[in-house]
Amino acid sequence: MAEVQSVETAPAERLERIWGTEPGLFGILGTVDHKTIGKRYLVTALAFLLIGGVEAMAMRAQLAGPDLALLSPEEYDQLFSLHGTTMIFWYALPILSGFSNYIWPLLIGSRDMAYPRVNALSYWLFLASGIFLYTSPFLGQAPNAGWFAYAPYTLRQYNPGLNMDFYALALIFLTVSTTVGAINFIGTVMKMRAPGMSLNRMPIFMYGTMTASFASIFALPSLSVALVFLYLERRFGFPFYDPAGGGHPLLWQHLFWIFGHPWVYIIVLPAMGIVSEVIPTFARRPLVGYTLVAMATVATGIIGFGVWVHHMFATGLPPLSLSFFSGASLLIVIPSGIAVFAWIATIWTGRPVFRTPMLFATGFIVLFVIGGVSGVVTAAVPYDWQVTDTYFVVAHLHYVLIGINLFGVMAGFYYWFPKMTGRLLDERLGKWNFWVMFVGFNLGFFPMHIAGLLGMPRRVYTYPAGLGWDGLNLLTTIGSYLFALGILLFLINVARSRRHGESAGPNPWDGGTLEWATPSPPPPYNFAVIPTVRSGYPLWEDRLGRLRGAAAARSVVTRGPVLDQGRETVDTSALDADPVAVLRMPQDSLWPFLLAVATSVAFYGAVFGAWWLAGLGALGIVATILGWLWPRSLEGGAVA
Amino acid sequence: MAGEPDSPRTSAMRPDRRGARGGAGRRAARPGPRRRVRTTVASGAWAAALAAGAEMGFVACERMPASTLSMAGVPGAAQTRLGWVVLGVSAVVVVVVTVLVLVAALRRRGEPVLIMPARTGLRWVVIGGIVVPAVVLTVLFVSTTLTLAQVTPPPRGAPTIEITARRWWWEVQYPGSAPAAAVTTANEVHVPVGRAVRLVLASGDIIHSFWVPRLAGKTDMIPGQRNIAWLAAREPGVYYGRCGEYCGAQHAKMQLRLVAEPPAQFERWLAAQRQPAAGVLPAAADSGRQVFLRVGCASCHTIRGTPARGAVGPDLTHLMSRRTIAGGTLPNTPGALAAWVANAQAVKPGALMPAMPLPAAELRVLLTYLGTLR
Repeated sequence: MAEVQSVETAPAERLERIWGTEPGLFGILGTVDHKTIGKRYLVTALAFLLIGGVEAMAMRAQLAGPDLALLSPEEYDQLFSLHGTTMIFWYALPILSGFSNYIWPLLIGSRDMAYPRVNALSYWLFLASGIFLYTSPFLGQAPNAGWFAYAPYTLRQYNPGLNMDFYALALIFLTVSTTVGAINFIGTVMKMRAPGMSLNRMPIFMYGTMTASFASIFALPSLSVALVFLYLERRFGFPFYDPAGGGHPLLWQHLFWIFGHPWVYIIVLPAMGIVSEVIPTFARRPLVGYTLVAMATVATGIIGFGVWVHHMFATGLPPLSLSFFSGASLLIVIPSGIAVFAWIATIWTGRPVFRTPMLFATGFIVLFVIGGVSGVVTAAVPYDWQVTDTYFVVAHLHYVLIGINLFGVMAGFYYWFPKMTGRLLDERLGKWNFWVMFVGFNLGFFPMHIAGLLGMPRRVYTYPAGLGWDGLNLLTTIGSYLFALGILLFLINVARSRRHGESAGPNPWDGGTLEWATPSPPPPYNFAVIPTVRSGYPLWEDRLGRLRGAAAARSVVTRGPVLDQGRETVDTSALDADPVAVLRMPQDSLWPFLLAVATSVAFYGAVFGAWWLAGLGALGIVATILGWLWPRSLEGGAVA
Repeated sequence: MAGEPDSPRTSAMRPDRRGARGGAGRRAARPGPRRRVRTTVASGAWAAALAAGAEMGFVACERMPASTLSMAGVPGAAQTRLGWVVLGVSAVVVVVVTVLVLVAALRRRGEPVLIMPARTGLRWVVIGGIVVPAVVLTVLFVSTTLTLAQVTPPPRGAPTIEITARRWWWEVQYPGSAPAAAVTTANEVHVPVGRAVRLVLASGDIIHSFWVPRLAGKTDMIPGQRNIAWLAAREPGVYYGRCGEYCGAQHAKMQLRLVAEPPAQFERWLAAQRQPAAGVLPAAADSGRQVFLRVGCASCHTIRGTPARGAVGPDLTHLMSRRTIAGGTLPNTPGALAAWVANAQAVKPGALMPAMPLPAAELRVLLTYLGTLR
């Protein structure tokens, strides 16, 4: 291994040259810097959040009163389907992947993700699949069967346009991105942690994304199969879902929900992880019950695979299987309970400071509980028969997706924005941001529970007066517009603070984890020297003494190996993070971008049935993969 | 039903309380506010229906006709009892946790310096996060399973009604002892009050879900399989029902009425429904029938006793005995019927019934004819 130096004496310029991205088009399209990719993920996912939000506002205008006719039924159906699909697939996970991409290497003392080019590919495919999906509304043929698209309504005889072809193919397209992204995360968590960061010293955020990534690997094939079947049936008449040809509509539901329920945990566990990072920093103490929370995170990912039928309680399944899935759905409450009480105990026994990230994290706990218990209501099968497919479920899933995803994401933005930009977001505007969002959200979305209990079904483009729903719907529209104003405040805050925000310094919150040991924003190589980790909060050891998982020796972040013979970082063992080798990381490359372009061509060919174009795309895919993997001599010198 | 003094047209949405005294033995609990609900109308079609003199009271019989919390029958009552339990537990949990969060955040303590408290706080997690939830969840699981066992099997010997969902209306069949004794109607399910009926639920196209909120939860109607459900209304009345699973353009307006009436009255209704349509008609109605058969209505609709044998849309043999038309969307008044026949697309865009741009005279006799289908 290379010589040990201190941060001051490390050759910063040389490292900058080795890790920096070239300016110009090649650098823009070819960069594999995880920080750039992470920021791109965040910005793109935020754009999808805004698009989905505008769709929601159009729907809320239509539903503000009974029998309004601002939108036609077909327009409304396309809007709610696009809204759900966009938020659940193109916002909720990608935004978390953005945080993971940006923060992970900093959090674990690494210089990059395990597979930087795969990481770039994952982003380009995500962007390309989103563009592909959003081609459809410009043709007036956006998906129109809801985000879970039950067959046989999705089949050609009932849905003759390209709407559901776009749905099927855009999701298959995105699935490729998510899968390679998950592989990259798993590789990173297993092999890239700084020496000494054993599994019991790894931040909970890592556990969140790691569990989500494993769950993705196991869940996504089921979705892909369902979608390929759908496409084959629509295009070529394979009878997978049509009972007339010997298929069965419930095949879709099983395949979809075997994927779909784990997906719910996939898009909340990393956000719970973010909150588990934010709360200790602002409660001024280490997280309570670290080991239990880590285990609960993993357990949620596993039990999440055993609850899919609770989406299908009304389909006529036998009572025995109903009881089983009801039991599993109740069981999964326990890991969530562990997390909630760990957060509360951390605040209770700490000395909390309520800066904006902490406000969002604390609001998150309350919304988490509301979204959680409304899920318990749907686990009580006989009553689920009443509330399923009503606004009660709409309320529940928004408490999950906004409460447990977006509020965690907002906490993450306020927490890590100074790390990413070197400037703090404005605190006063931040507090307004939180309160407007929190009040608007509850004002808008809580009444949906009541509307559902009063029998209002979801996915209706209008409703008659006289059923007791009118006032509740008006309230929901007002509240959701207020909520949207909160999002606007956030954007204003970002726009202003990016230029004029207070200078952050490396560690504005006095956080205890490794990312705060780097300058803000971090240099391309992240760490001038590779740190050695001996506890869960390396930067707090000097003041707190003995910490969770701490060894006799202290963590060292200011001295370590430099590794400046090319793009190098340390490879460590999976459990104990003992150093194993020095990894030679790849250079910037255009192949990931080109592969995403070729994939786009293939998918456009497939959606329009232009087989020559699809074939051309397929050839392009093969050619770019060959180009990417073509054996060539190691760039930039020998391995140390 | 036909020929009774209180014709269904005028009593369309009112609670039918007459049988309460003699029928199932239960008195209606309270008279119920007979609130007529006026609808804010935005779309031209609805305005047209109104102008035609239609009474737009959807379900004026109850203030919350679709509520899942005010049950008027079984198995809904047991389902909702469980619902109250879980909703109550949920409310308590939310309140307790919110209070804990607030106290944790606001209680006074020393300077916000970095600390490693002597108390690990682990007891919180074990008690609040594991022990208490385990106990509560066990109780919920047991009550769920018990309720499930109680509500699942249909009572033995309950008569069967077959309901087939189609975009976007309901075909309702009462199988008789012989094929000739079978009854087919649409969008209105009649049941004897106080008696359980077994529902065989199917779909003619895509997935729908049968749901009469005040009597029972949803059961999906899935092509390729027949699901069984059951229900019994405790009180006579007209109950609001609707499709519970998104089924495309007009899912919003796929509704039905369930009429619970005293058994004797139910039997009379059933006997009347068995009759074919009248053969001999006054001149105007007779020329209306010619229009019906000529302009294409018959290719989709059946009127027993005539050559009309279409199987795409609802059976119209006793159209005038129903309280609503257009999949439970419009009250069955002459004005609404005229608006619907002339331009169904204006009321339910995307519905499978095409607009019928008939000359005024033909439309008039056609409606006269439909008016005879009692």
